[in-house]
Amino acid sequence: MSEGTLYDKVWDRHAVAELPTGQTQLFVGLHLIHEVTSPQAFGMLRERDMEVAYPELTHATVDHIVPTADQSRPYGDDAAEEMMAELEENVREAGIEFSDPTTGNQGIVHVIGPEQGITQPGKTIVCGDSHTSTHGAFGSLAFGIGTSQIRDVLATGCVAMEKQKVRKIEVTGELSEGVEAKDIILEVIRRLGTDGGVGYVYEYAGEAIESLDIEGRMSICNMSIEGGARAGYVNPDETTYEWLAETDEFADDPEKFERLKPYWESIRSEDDAEYDDVVVVDGDELEPTVTWGTTPGQGVGVTQPIPAPEELPEEKQDTARMSQKHMGVDPGDTMEGYDIDVAFLGSCTNARLPDLRRAAKIVEGREVHPDVRAMVVPGSQRVQEQAEKEGLADVFREAGFDWRNAGCSMCLGMNEDQLEGDEACASSSNRNFIGRQGSKDGRTVLMNPQMVAAAAIEGKVTDVRNLSEVTTV
Amino acid sequence: MSADAESDGPADTVRHISGTGVPVRGNDIDTDQIIPARFMKVVTFDGLGQFSFFDQRFGDDDEEKAHSFNEDRFRDSSVLVVNANFGCGSSREHAPQALMRWGIDALVGESFAEIFAGNCLALGIPTVTADSETIEALQAWVDENPDGDIDVDVEAETVTYGETTVEVEVDDAQRKALVEGVWDTTALMKSNKNAVRETAESLPYVETDD
Ligand code: SF4
Repeated sequence: MSEGTLYDKVWDRHAVAELPTGQTQLFVGLHLIHEVTSPQAFGMLRERDMEVAYPELTHATVDHIVPTADQSRPYGDDAAEEMMAELEENVREAGIEFSDPTTGNQGIVHVIGPEQGITQPGKTIVCGDSHTSTHGAFGSLAFGIGTSQIRDVLATGCVAMEKQKVRKIEVTGELSEGVEAKDIILEVIRRLGTDGGVGYVYEYAGEAIESLDIEGRMSICNMSIEGGARAGYVNPDETTYEWLAETDEFADDPEKFERLKPYWESIRSEDDAEYDDVVVVDGDELEPTVTWGTTPGQGVGVTQPIPAPEELPEEKQDTARMSQKHMGVDPGDTMEGYDIDVAFLGSCTNARLPDLRRAAKIVEGREVHPDVRAMVVPGSQRVQEQAEKEGLADVFREAGFDWRNAGCSMCLGMNEDQLEGDEACASSSNRNFIGRQGSKDGRTVLMNPQMVAAAAIEGKVTDVRNLSEVTTV
Repeated sequence: MSADAESDGPADTVRHISGTGVPVRGNDIDTDQIIPARFMKVVTFDGLGQFSFFDQRFGDDDEEKAHSFNEDRFRDSSVLVVNANFGCGSSREHAPQALMRWGIDALVGESFAEIFAGNCLALGIPTVTADSETIEALQAWVDENPDGDIDVDVEAETVTYGETTVEVEVDDAQRKALVEGVWDTTALMKSNKNAVRETAESLPYVETDD
């Protein structure tokens, strides 16, 4: 059993009671909700004549179904309009703050929590969305929950959970040119498998993690779930505090910042903390990574050969064969040169400002390949506004990218942004599952945002290091 | 059994489930395959059952593809037998909801993604596990015996089919919750209201209205 880790400390501080099931009743410090997974939970609450216990600790946004082009109401898609209307009604009734598109604060739920400063170290954060793990970048204990659990949290302010083991993932060394946080996490998942993290929470540590900006840490924590881990976190440090100090919560209230900082520091993992498992990844060795298959664990360095299914562990072989057939790739080849039709720069993994800045540097002065449909979907309205101010939007537009409004968009194809037929997409998102981007024959290649930019320009998977203007993070 | 998660009062106990089986083969079957996202644009779970495994079952022009969920002989099955890492991917409860509404009352597999298993539990649906050989043998048997009953005994941690009884694993918390009928956590946790308030007050960052 782990001891003295951030996970242990935050867990203990939030443990309310032991339940007859052996689970722990855990108090929830922040409950984020969105339009897809919450309406049924509100329905269940109504059926039982229950009220929202802590509306003041709940925050809503709309992201999955929101159109990213024309956002005038009613939305063109009736189903989307119905979901939005339902959410509006629910939050109004319960008195829950709602970052809707008219506020200028709307965006992907995992982008807006951090930028508003409500994501904080030492908080328990839940959301009916598996990528809630993103918030762990701040040293929060954050995990995705199902709709029945959303009902629990709405009704009681708590969630019933079993305690997990803690695996420390230490990333040593320094990332080289063109290599980003995304490549670290793709390597971790490649190595440990998509189910390697089941039963674990991941603590990311080591030089390479500490030197990342908060956005990079978010990209890593975001994909913890793709490795099977319900949550992932980084211990809070100066990088975290600097970010927080400038958010809405603290910019005008430095006293509150000073009041909470000792708590944030107190929940850091102890130097002599005990872990259930430790894995070391050499950051110096990494290169830009891309996926060749249909699970995020099927990644490979861009210059490395795609593995033959027979080289993989036995239980991965069938999936690998099926994936290679779907993607139309052959073992022994590299992914470099794989033709793409669509470039998607977006999602809660990689659509924050630093992501867009790095990608824009690649794009600047170049043109999107004539056969490629390229789009940028900022993670939030604030990211969008700032990017427009900095001139990034112009850089993308001039190169031929479609510059859209904030939302989940083609990450999962619940709005009009979808792949068609067997289009191949270079994507900065987190899932390359079959059908994920809206077409069941669509092909998704996951990669970091600089690599997406390079693919958009060249019309094929391209080692960004062979272009100039590559940013070292 | 009744898996009415919305019922009030004490939840039903789920000690064992009997029914015919249906195999769905393959590792890493994710929630996007179980219920494609485009069917999630709904505000209730009603009617999701028919969309279970939709893209695996139907082609572009809605022509049927080979899938056990399309086979008449499995139409009334209630025990779904799967392989490893079933239900990985998103936290959408739409996935177990779709399966439940299709008629599935229990899942037997090599392993399940955690959130998926938790979502199943919230609906009173057990997710019991066994090693790959046991599972493959069971899948083969189901194929041969679509009308044969499978008994999933959550309490005893066994699965019985034909003349065979095999040991399976049921996560401790899941077993207790189902067997004792305490999988409805809302009621349980609501009864600890005072302890909740105390915890909230002890946290430096919480500013509640009460
Ligand atoms: S961007 Fe993608 S992964 Fe993130 S919350 Fe939206 S749909 Fe989920």
